[in-house]
Amino acid sequence: MSVAPSEDGPRAAVELSFRGAPLASAEAQRALLDRVVLPPAFASATFDGMVGGVTTGRLRVLQVNLGKTCNMTCAHCHVDAGPHRREQMDDATIAHVITAMDRLRPAVVDLTGGAPELHPRFQELVVEARSRGIEVIDRCNLTILLVPRFRALPTWLAEHGVTIVASLPHYRSRNTDAQRGDGTFTASIEALRRLNDVGYGAGRPDRQLHLMTNPAGAFLAPDQAATEVVWKRVLLDTYGVRFDRLLALNNMPIARFLEWLDGRGGTAAYLAHLVERFNPGAAGGLMCRDTLSVGYDGATYACDFNQMLELPVEDDGRTLNIDDPSVWAEGRSVRTGRHCFGCTAGAGSSCAGATG
Amino acid sequence: MIERGSSPLLARAQEADTDGWGSPPLSYYEHHHLPRFGDIAQGNDELAKKFFAWYGAVFKDGALTAREKSLIALAVAHAVQCPYCIDAYANDCLEKGSDLSEMTEAIQVAAAIRGGASLVHGVQMLEHVEKAGM
Ligand code: SF4
Ligand code: SF4
Repeated sequence: MSVAPSEDGPRAAVELSFRGAPLASAEAQRALLDRVVLPPAFASATFDGMVGGVTTGRLRVLQVNLGKTCNMTCAHCHVDAGPHRREQMDDATIAHVITAMDRLRPAVVDLTGGAPELHPRFQELVVEARSRGIEVIDRCNLTILLVPRFRALPTWLAEHGVTIVASLPHYRSRNTDAQRGDGTFTASIEALRRLNDVGYGAGRPDRQLHLMTNPAGAFLAPDQAATEVVWKRVLLDTYGVRFDRLLALNNMPIARFLEWLDGRGGTAAYLAHLVERFNPGAAGGLMCRDTLSVGYDGATYACDFNQMLELPVEDDGRTLNIDDPSVWAEGRSVRTGRHCFGCTAGAGSSCAGATG
Repeated sequence: MIERGSSPLLARAQEADTDGWGSPPLSYYEHHHLPRFGDIAQGNDELAKKFFAWYGAVFKDGALTAREKSLIALAVAHAVQCPYCIDAYANDCLEKGSDLSEMTEAIQVAAAIRGGASLVHGVQMLEHVEKAGM
């Protein structure tokens, strides 16, 4: 499926794949990152060398990427999602994901995309996970909540105790709209008000509203705790909006952000900055230690970033799909690459925010 | 300005943009300087250590947040017009979560103080005129 024109959201870019851009291919992205010459002090630095290798521990989060369809086209999107993308998880794979909830017993099912709400079986997956006592995260772009057919969704999500992790790059419109498209900020504030109206952002454990900020450019995400204080004050004073937690995430040099960087000759400088700001304290909290990410086609990955770079979890060279009995094994080596420096730079960065 | 070619040495220097002693053309501020800041310890390790320890302590969260201090640093960098500091604190402000509006307001404060400092000296001028005049 793709997005009906009436449901289109703000646009900041056009999908790489729709444009046939060279960096639409994961292989080209990996090759570009590997080619970059780092400053002499880091020339031989590898991610594995610096963190001492990453291995999996106990599974905690099953992150399910329902597809690449989105009503938006943010300039930094590592998924290269957008209205032209039709890739969506099929019924057989949805069934495998539900079976995997029983088999793997994750504490959290984390639904992402694209805009996961656009998947026709989104609500069903929420119900399946909640009925097993699993916490559910909806990675929500906020503007989708203004689409008329999703008007009742905030209430429904609240009734099902779904945690919402919503993207908002900044508490002012300039940076938010530059990255996510004109009108995003105003729409996002409206969506946040609707979420507040149904009880989100008031400290209730079953109505958690987390905001996810990422830099509108080639610099690192701010310190999460210090920034949360400022955000809470500004959003409440200026817009009367409340939220529970701020998560700060670095931009990963993948897909559209990588193309943006490279277009201004900044790939090497950004990568060097990530390596230079390597924070050993962030390595312990890397999300790939306790997360399994499932692609729309059922293949599994250490994280959503490896998914977009097409670095699947493998056993003897064979890609492990979500229905494979050995899809999760403790002590398995995680496939890393230069993009991983995005997870350990500054305060550290993961889908759950700072790791250090 | 010294007249061109008023001495053979000066003529050569102007021609080649050198100081006449084989130094490279004058390009005072270079990107690689800031990362070398620590090398200032070469001449006196003890003083450098004290400076960097103090500098680090100044920017820690205290009665003011590190984010506020970074905005102050950006403003002062513009007042003292230090290109190294402007680069460093423009980036640091962004990485502390400030945006262009906040950063612009900070440097407007620096500009206002600089402008005001000039203009308020006008009262010295005024009093001089008052004393000298009828
Ligand atoms: S960043 Fe999120 S909202 Fe923006 S295009 Fe990508 S998937 Fe859609
Ligand atoms: S990019 Fe993925 S695999 Fe690499 S460190 Fe981050 S979470 Fe782990």
